[in-house]
Amino acid sequence: MRTYLDFEKPMAELERKLEEMKTLAKENNVDFSDAISLLEGNITNLRKEIFENLTRWQRVQLSRHPDRPYTLDYIELICDEFIELHGDRQVRDDPAIIGGLANVGGQSFMLIGQQKGRNTKQRQHRNFGMPNPEGYRKALRLMKLAEKFNKPIVTLIDTPGAFPGMEAEERGQGEAIARNLKEMFMLKVPVICIVIGEGASGGALGIAIGDRVLMLENTWYSVISPENCSAILWRSWDFKEQAAEAMKITAKDMKKNKLIDGIISEPLGGAHLDHNWMAEELKRVILENIKELAAIGDQDRIDQRIDKFCAMGVVVE
Amino acid sequence: MSWFIRKEKGINTPTEMKREAPDGLWYQCPNCKKITPTREHKQNAFTCPHCNYHEKVGSDVYFNLLFDDNEFVELDANLTSGDPLHFVDTKAYPDRIKSTMQKTGLNDAVRTGYGKMNELDLVIACMDFNFIGGSMGSVVGEKIARAISYALEHKVPFLMISKSGGARMMEAGFSLMQMAKTSARLAQLSEAKVPYISLLTDPTTGGVTASYAMLGDFNISEPEALIGFAGPRVIRETIGKDLPKGFQSAEFVLEHGFLDFIVDRKDLKDKLTSLLSMIS
Repeated sequence: MRTYLDFEKPMAELERKLEEMKTLAKENNVDFSDAISLLEGNITNLRKEIFENLTRWQRVQLSRHPDRPYTLDYIELICDEFIELHGDRQVRDDPAIIGGLANVGGQSFMLIGQQKGRNTKQRQHRNFGMPNPEGYRKALRLMKLAEKFNKPIVTLIDTPGAFPGMEAEERGQGEAIARNLKEMFMLKVPVICIVIGEGASGGALGIAIGDRVLMLENTWYSVISPENCSAILWRSWDFKEQAAEAMKITAKDMKKNKLIDGIISEPLGGAHLDHNWMAEELKRVILENIKELAAIGDQDRIDQRIDKFCAMGVVVE
Repeated sequence: MSWFIRKEKGINTPTEMKREAPDGLWYQCPNCKKITPTREHKQNAFTCPHCNYHEKVGSDVYFNLLFDDNEFVELDANLTSGDPLHFVDTKAYPDRIKSTMQKTGLNDAVRTGYGKMNELDLVIACMDFNFIGGSMGSVVGEKIARAISYALEHKVPFLMISKSGGARMMEAGFSLMQMAKTSARLAQLSEAKVPYISLLTDPTTGGVTASYAMLGDFNISEPEALIGFAGPRVIRETIGKDLPKGFQSAEFVLEHGFLDFIVDRKDLKDKLTSLLSMIS
């Protein structure tokens, strides 16, 4: 059963009709192909119309779509081999961040990604994709490992934020993220960071210092979620749409403001409609970028990485 | 008490007009409620002589406290905020900036400068909490990054005094990337083996904790300062129960291994001098 977001509802009716027609045609052995292709055309047009005019808040909704591919789905779809590596060697293994060695079409690299759950049990296990300090420390350990064996690093970002819990504070959530920012700048191997869903604040940035920072078309990346921004600035939860607009949090906005390097297209209607297509595209982009970055000298790459982030910001002299 | 008879009824003094002591002569500690002459309080680096409560103070106090004879060269003093997102919440961002500038006499939430501390060269970046909660936007990030570059270029130790609620929402993505920018410069400073001392003062939370404030070669704090990544309110809402007393205090953070030491403000200058002398 597909999940329809509120703005997708007009499509739901047509798609239900289409299914009915197909079943009817099959059951009664009647040729409805003309009507079916007409209806399919209508659906595509409607989808185009809806998706050409998405508001920023609607993109946020898409980024959180329950059927959206997560890190593990991409691993399943694009990796010929994947060996998961666990633990930060200090406290425990954080299931909200997955890491391991990946082999994609003969290219091996370290793949690290935040992971949400599909059902209640999984969501709890993955802590809704909100990492604890040990998640960031595991990520850093694996990045250093990649550097040691001269392997590129790919990170997939999908988090509603670093976990704001008591134990996370006790174990130094702030320090863990801060250390990653600092250390990732000095990594001697190519680093590619891709926002595949939600990119919330320091929790996202903690694995997102890269030579290439890319966002999927229907994702968001900013300093705070629209809901929390609304709660703080408007002192009410009701202004999330305005907050999303005001913060300009979509891939297009972030690219325009030169805060990311590029946007990865999604299939019409969003990544959740075609996991295979999306995974293929992601694979192509990853391999292409690894190839480009490998051609740059290590120190040049580090310098460029630092220069890029240091140029971000708007001040009046 | 019958010498004076109140003729008119309903005469009330509004709360803000009620003063326990004439302004400028006495300081009443909000913690222990004891009274100290203002001059003595100031000589005590704005800490209470009775209970050691550290009053929140701004960059002017820290510069005066640390730089010899309050002599220093301020860096990038005229840098001010742009409005890259044309951000409007209940107020337009440029208006908010303008009124805050007028109210505080500051250009943004950090001031940076270099000078001498007990004759040792030192670059200091110090945040001002009364400028939009000490929030970090492009100006804060840029000024800190440039101060670090100055320290790097002249091989002068860098002291960061943090006091901030975190990143500035009105600059959204730009604010977030200031965490990256400052961390990049600190990584370079670290490679060059130039000392970096991070002083976390009350309060230091959010994106500031998750970037430069926690990256010192030495992370130090003032007594009882609130230090954390998530704010207490957010944590309380997440876990659905009250937080233990002293949670996220400097003492708590020290106990959990994220601070090197806690120092009284009045001893700060001497302690920093000793520390820097030992590693130079």
